[in-house]
Amino acid sequence: MTTDTTTKDTAPGATTPGQTVLDARGVTMRFGGLTAVRNVDLTVNSGEIVGLIGPNGAGKTTFFNCLTGLYVPTEGEVRYKGNVLPPKSFKVTAAGIARTFQNIRLFANMTVLENVLVGRHTRTKEGFWSAILRGPGFHRAEAASRKRATELLEFVGLADKAEHLARNLPYGEQRKLEIARALASEPGLLLLDEPTAGMNPQETRATEELVFAIRDMGIAVLVIEHDMRFIFNLCDRVAVLVQGEKLIEGDSATVQGDERVIAAYLGEPFEGAPGDEEAAEVETAEANAETTTDAAPGKENDR
Amino acid sequence: MTTQTTAPETPSAPTTGAANSGLLGIPAATGRALATGGSVLTIVATFLSWTWTADFPGDLTVYGYPGGLQVLVLIGGALTTLLALASYGIKGLRWLTPAGADPAIKLAALATFATAWYTVLAITIELGGAVNLEPGGYIVAVTSLTALTGALALPFQRPEADPIDPDSTGWEKFKHSLAHGWTTTKAVFASGSPRPVRELPSYAEILIIVAVLALGLTVFTYGIGTEYDELFVGFLILAGTGFAALNKAGLIAHASQITARHQTITTFGAFIAAALFPFTQTDDQYATIGVYILIFATVALGLNIVVGLAGLLDLGYVAFLGVGAYAASLVSGSPNSPFHVHFPFWAAVIVGALASLVFGVLIGAPTLRLRGDYLAIVTLGFGEIFRITANNLDGTSGPDLTNGSNGISSIPNLDILGFDFGAQHDIAGFTIGRFANYFFLMLIITAVVVLVFRRSGNSRIGRAWVAIREDETAALAMGINGFRVKLIAFAVGASLAGLAGTVQAHVTYTVTPEQYLFAGAIPPNSAFLLAAVVLGGMGTIAGPLIGAALLFLIPNKLQFLGDYQLFAFGVALILLMRFRPEGLIPNRRRQLEFHEEAEAPTVLGKTGA
Repeated sequence: MTTDTTTKDTAPGATTPGQTVLDARGVTMRFGGLTAVRNVDLTVNSGEIVGLIGPNGAGKTTFFNCLTGLYVPTEGEVRYKGNVLPPKSFKVTAAGIARTFQNIRLFANMTVLENVLVGRHTRTKEGFWSAILRGPGFHRAEAASRKRATELLEFVGLADKAEHLARNLPYGEQRKLEIARALASEPGLLLLDEPTAGMNPQETRATEELVFAIRDMGIAVLVIEHDMRFIFNLCDRVAVLVQGEKLIEGDSATVQGDERVIAAYLGEPFEGAPGDEEAAEVETAEANAETTTDAAPGKENDR
Repeated sequence: MTTQTTAPETPSAPTTGAANSGLLGIPAATGRALATGGSVLTIVATFLSWTWTADFPGDLTVYGYPGGLQVLVLIGGALTTLLALASYGIKGLRWLTPAGADPAIKLAALATFATAWYTVLAITIELGGAVNLEPGGYIVAVTSLTALTGALALPFQRPEADPIDPDSTGWEKFKHSLAHGWTTTKAVFASGSPRPVRELPSYAEILIIVAVLALGLTVFTYGIGTEYDELFVGFLILAGTGFAALNKAGLIAHASQITARHQTITTFGAFIAAALFPFTQTDDQYATIGVYILIFATVALGLNIVVGLAGLLDLGYVAFLGVGAYAASLVSGSPNSPFHVHFPFWAAVIVGALASLVFGVLIGAPTLRLRGDYLAIVTLGFGEIFRITANNLDGTSGPDLTNGSNGISSIPNLDILGFDFGAQHDIAGFTIGRFANYFFLMLIITAVVVLVFRRSGNSRIGRAWVAIREDETAALAMGINGFRVKLIAFAVGASLAGLAGTVQAHVTYTVTPEQYLFAGAIPPNSAFLLAAVVLGGMGTIAGPLIGAALLFLIPNKLQFLGDYQLFAFGVALILLMRFRPEGLIPNRRRQLEFHEEAEAPTVLGKTGA
């Protein structure tokens, strides 16, 4: 799971460090009367891993879909390397943003290798006539695609399963394959939507390594995740999205210490100055809760 | 009594305690001997006279010379005998049963029994009573029944019944016992997985391929040449069940492994075998059927690109065949054509294919934004629009272009480089008639379609089609321009159908709107085209070809079904979709899609597409 396995140290879509890769300004997405994402700004610089966290339903995936062209933002604009993104998802991929999906969306009845080859689609040109006539150009391009796909499979550690059907892979390997497929489109920015959902701690560790390796290839990464340890280990910056709005953005320590973030995740006493009776009630309840947590101290620190 | 008392409709409950017992209470060794002896005697009986009069078609009255249905029974008996001998472990026959002999013997004995009893019953009913049977008829009935009884006594792995819930009602218990009876029946014919093929020298493997293709040609030629209904029904029974027997024996799996190793040779061989078909015919009668089957099959294969690879359900596909046929006929010198031009064939072909291409793009551009069922409905509509438009462009309700319901008639025969397709030619002592000429021409078109299918399927564009079919959103996110790729699939499918249409126009002399219905008794029509693809197996080359052959031959041969043809077709399709949804020749991917619970082979070789 290191970069040693790849023949190239940097991906073709790699950018010089420090350059702004993704620049989302004032992105707002409304579905009818519902505003799922409101006025969100976010930048991702090259060589950076940025995390996007927030409670369920905060609009993280909607925001992702706005970045990848599946949705066209109602307001605001998204720029990739200075250019406004086209409103079609295949054009976004061609521009250099690749993504994975929260619920794995592999081509289940294609082989592992074929899945990665599909990812090569934007970087190859051979059309229908080339496939029919099979000139030397076709064979060259096909061989090059296969070579690159095999390299990527080696990179994520699936090379020995190239001829397996994607549906037969275990869950963790399906996630890896999705990443390999996204990398095949030679992106400058990779969007990962909950890459460790459903993984055990070892697999999560391995995914961390993989994301670092991708960063080292020169590809910027924007990752949505609920696993806080994963996020805070991995990310240079973390943005918190709550009810469609960006609450805070900063490094791990800032975000972790922020009261509003904690409130968003754990809730806060509702406003409107509760009476003394209620306060007393809460106090006794808290006291009770503390005694129960003291009884089983290991439980809370598990994660 | 054993614990297996919940199988009421099995003929008799097993008396032995072993879970491995046979269906009937006969010791396995006796059963095997009965099966062998019965089938040998069946062979002998086919040389006897079965009926006293030649009124029954095929002349079954002659001693020492099997005719008609007797030949079919003879083949079935011989197959059973060979399989039974192989089950004794006789050297030189072991290759026949790589997946175990017993299930294959059961099916082969069943095939023989069904064919023999069908014949005997047909004689009895058609000639009015069992008095019309000669001793040979009775003997074959008894021997084939003996063989079947013996075969059914062979042991099999009896499935355990699920425990019955004591609270369930009588109806639920009845359903439960039915379900167990069904699993038992399936277990009777279940076979193990075949042992892998030994590495043979490649010349031997090629010889095997030649033998397989020759067998295929023989079976096909026999089926096409059956002269009366009884013989065709007997042929269907024997061919269907016999094929199942060979499948259970593991021979089909071996053959497909060997052909997969030599794909190019197999494809070439199949075309040579198909080209030999007219030489097996003495007159043009069956070459007619041959060329119609080929047109139907070619169009079905074109549809398979649209449906099988790209997953676009097109219910109006026959319109593209019609556009090609009309376009070619309009420029080919028919007196009804308003253009009064006579292009050479190559130019007519280009006109036909281009017209279909344009029509395909025009229909595809607005409709391909729809997905799934909506696309199916819209294409169905466009198919009908084409037919009705062609009906109305007759000079009274619209401009005079297609001559209305009378169609474009008297399309002259083709003449390519001085070779007149309308005349008979003698080649090496064989007479090749008009339809045989067109058969050869159509075979070239089929070859083009097969080439396009194979090459486009295994390329960047083919992978994009499959990706769109599998998950359109993910495919878009991988940078595939979904609309463009689908439009290419639609246009390619349309042009290939148009290509076939140009030949069809010349074969049928006349092009009328009524040839291009959505559903009708005569293929090709949109419903039958789709059925051929689904029946044969989506995403494969051989599937639609075989599906089309069956769908053309069965209504053509079973004239006695008359008005019930479409009904029978519907019932058959429902049964097939229930029990074999992946089609007769499944694409390996599709097979996995439909049988998720089945143990999937983890590795998919290059033959998957």
